Amino acid sequence: MSRIQSTFATLKANNKKALIPYITAGDPHPKFTVELMHAMVKSGADIIELGVPFSDPMADGPVIQRASERALVHKVGLRKVLALVKEFRLDDDNTPVVIMGYANPIEAMGIATFAASAKESGVDGVLTVDYPPEECEGFIAELNKHDIDSIFLLSPTTEVKRIDLVVKQATGFLYYVSLKGVTGAANLDVEEVKTRVANIRKQTSLPVGVGFGVKDAATAKSVAAFADAVVVGSRTVLTIEQSSEETLVANISALIEELRSAID
Amino acid sequence: MQLYDMPDERGHFGQFGGSFVAETLVEALDELRVMYEKYRHDPEFLAEYAYDLKHFVGRPSPIYHAQRWSDKVGGAQIYLKREDLNHTGAHKVNNTIGQALLAKRMGKPRVIAETGAGQHGVATATIAARLGLECVVYMGSEDVKRQAPNVFRMKLLGATVVPVESGSKTLKDALNEAMRDWVTNISDTFYIIGTVAGPHPYPMMVRDFQAIIGIEAKEQMQEMVGRQPDAVVACVGGGSNAMGIFYPYIDVPNVRLIGVEAAGHGLETGRHAAPLSTNSAVGVLHGNRTYLMQDEDGNIIETHSISAGLDYPGVGPEHAWLKDIKRAEYVGITDDEAMTAFHSLCRTEGIIPALESSHALAHAEKMAKTMRKDEIILVNLSGRGDKDINTVAKLANITL
Repeated sequence: MSRIQSTFATLKANNKKALIPYITAGDPHPKFTVELMHAMVKSGADIIELGVPFSDPMADGPVIQRASERALVHKVGLRKVLALVKEFRLDDDNTPVVIMGYANPIEAMGIATFAASAKESGVDGVLTVDYPPEECEGFIAELNKHDIDSIFLLSPTTEVKRIDLVVKQATGFLYYVSLKGVTGAANLDVEEVKTRVANIRKQTSLPVGVGFGVKDAATAKSVAAFADAVVVGSRTVLTIEQSSEETLVANISALIEELRSAID
Repeated sequence: MQLYDMPDERGHFGQFGGSFVAETLVEALDELRVMYEKYRHDPEFLAEYAYDLKHFVGRPSPIYHAQRWSDKVGGAQIYLKREDLNHTGAHKVNNTIGQALLAKRMGKPRVIAETGAGQHGVATATIAARLGLECVVYMGSEDVKRQAPNVFRMKLLGATVVPVESGSKTLKDALNEAMRDWVTNISDTFYIIGTVAGPHPYPMMVRDFQAIIGIEAKEQMQEMVGRQPDAVVACVGGGSNAMGIFYPYIDVPNVRLIGVEAAGHGLETGRHAAPLSTNSAVGVLHGNRTYLMQDEDGNIIETHSISAGLDYPGVGPEHAWLKDIKRAEYVGITDDEAMTAFHSLCRTEGIIPALESSHALAHAEKMAKTMRKDEIILVNLSGRGDKDINTVAKLANITL
């Protein structure tokens, strides 16, 4: 059983929902990334989603794009991100880490080299934003070879037939994008998301996480009422942006604790 | 019937092209693909398109034998396909009309576009005004500063111009921002992409709308000289004007197709926008797989060209394919070489070419010198240079 599967199994047994915070690796400086990851786990994160900085993050909003820009100043590329995960693993062998990013850095490294290196670093899942299932059969085969989960997005506009196609390829969990738009966009309509998630469940037994637009504890709480996981991205990144180097870790810990108690 | 039959049904040109987008855009692209398939051979749609090309744009654009310039260069005869004479001053309008008519049929009241130099933005604003569509154009804030006259033109035409402050603040960032708008406003918005890049069906659709250039050229050359040219030369940024003139010639044997990229300060300096002629690595950007200027981490690197329209780190996937199958050749022309050709055409033929097109002219000049007087080069003169007079004046330290 993969780390992601056993995490969801344990949560389910305890009647709890997963909290998945996102940060961009290397933001605001690579020296903070591992410390932030540990702090988030300590404050109640179940899975860490780690963004790979990219020069052209088309599916992200301005908040996460700025995080990429801050990290790229320090030349944090995919290899460095994997090295950070490896460093995290020295002190944490339980918490799943999902890498989220764009196809080009992976292709620049080579898909086989990436998959082997990701496994070796302790990565559990990979979400490649601009790899729809039709375009990444070879990549998924590489991930499967190393027992790395392939996380896929589903959106409000994904039709029933297409959900079938996606869930056939997906492992670990599904990530439902709760609104039309980019990361960090407007507030989500909880009732609509609830209906959508219920429909997705008719087609898969995989856990379903909800993200894009979870901006505060109240939204996190209402989403946790029906989803298996709550993904919080732009909100965490914004907290990093608004913190000084001294307050960074404390502010992120406080935010995660607040979200944790809201969804419990 | 053409023998060449690309792309495949999912938009692949061999390993290139495809549709590399987030799940949030898949539905919109599927809708577009289905609607384009429905209308691309629809006689009524095509008649409407042809009517606008004739009466609104002024097509067919003539072919002109640049005799004095050919004599001066010494060698092959150079002919110019005069896309500079189109309404709005460039080839871009051929495509924006096609896509705007499609937007209308799809019931989308709002169109958006990205623009670098502003030519595609102006061409989009123009047809949006004519069809009564709301129009928003994304433009890097650096380009907004550099291309003030075109920004004003778009505003005169009723468009909203949004300066983009992210990334390098140029064309690629404008494209990212337009994509974000589209994904947020999918239900009422049509995204008019200006070049043969982006996810399927854009590279194919833009090529099809621009193919009118090559279709006319084949007839016109036959009429004028009784045969087809020995070489067709066009500049390549994203590659829409080149694809437009190349496409109908792909199946014609013995016609060399030559794409001219921006070599900027020189291919060896790294300060250029020439992914094909420098054998850049293959990667994924803006929804398609193609040759890309990138660093070892796979991040896109900043490009340089004197011509904003060629200043793009990728290239349309069909050009990548034509390079790999060796049907087309790709070369680089520096800023300086393009400027020399620019002045030469102004003084010898009374035509002010766009700086983009000047790259094609410069390469045609090089080739012509090595060819016989009875050989023919056809250059796609993709746009007029009025928009560039500020850039040219600045180079000569002249304040207008």
